[in-house]
Amino acid sequence: MPVAHLPINHALLLASVLFVLGLLGVLVRRNVIFILVCIEIMLNAAGVAFVAAGSRWQQADGQIMFILILTLAAAEVAVGLALILQFYHRFRSLDADAASDMEG
Amino acid sequence: MNATFYVASTVAVLATLLVITRTQAVHALLYLVVSLLAVALVFYTLGAPFAAALEAIIYAGAIVVLFVFVVMVLNVGGDAARRERAWLAPGAWVGPGVLCAVLLAELLYILYAGTPGTTGLHPVASQQVGAALFGPYVLAVELASMLLLAALVGAHHLGRREHLER
Repeated sequence: MPVAHLPINHALLLASVLFVLGLLGVLVRRNVIFILVCIEIMLNAAGVAFVAAGSRWQQADGQIMFILILTLAAAEVAVGLALILQFYHRFRSLDADAASDMEG
Repeated sequence: MNATFYVASTVAVLATLLVITRTQAVHALLYLVVSLLAVALVFYTLGAPFAAALEAIIYAGAIVVLFVFVVMVLNVGGDAARRERAWLAPGAWVGPGVLCAVLLAELLYILYAGTPGTTGLHPVASQQVGAALFGPYVLAVELASMLLLAALVGAHHLGRREHLER
């Protein structure tokens, strides 16, 4: 084993910090674009955890899960941005509170 | 050599913190690019070069370009030119520039002095990833393709013009 072995805890700590920052952004911001960006940050943090675990056990599975998360993120951002365009055309605003009451 | 990991993760956390505190969407997207590039460098130091390349190409490239495109589409007002001038002020790009310079210095250091697994971890080669992806995980690949198709159809449906006149 090499001397300077990176503890897996530190990589998982990075993933948790990034995830909490994204969650904080979703909870605090009211601009729908920022909410979508913060969801991307959270998905990316989950990917960091998978890649860290995969490199800890020297298996390719972690990177494969990261690729699947990447696919999910791409699909989610395409639909989310189309929804944001609809939202802006309907409410003339990017404030999530503008759509707080459902009119059915 | 663990310092490369810690520097890149510090940059990632700082840039993410700045993303969620910006008021201008374009400034936040600049910091988001820096954050994603820093995470790509973290992947590289963790011994996952294929994941690092995908992170840089798809996240920092394609997904952020989609965000920038939508922000630009939503800003077609009379004050668009004034905002454009404000975005080019040095205050807007000095922060991301400094963080990117740190990442570039680290990348050059790694390229000059190290191997992919600079943290003592053996890198998982992209050949291994590809073999597993189209071996035991081939069903997941098919499901991902269906997910992408569904997203394509959904985005097309939501983006139609006559839909929003209703």
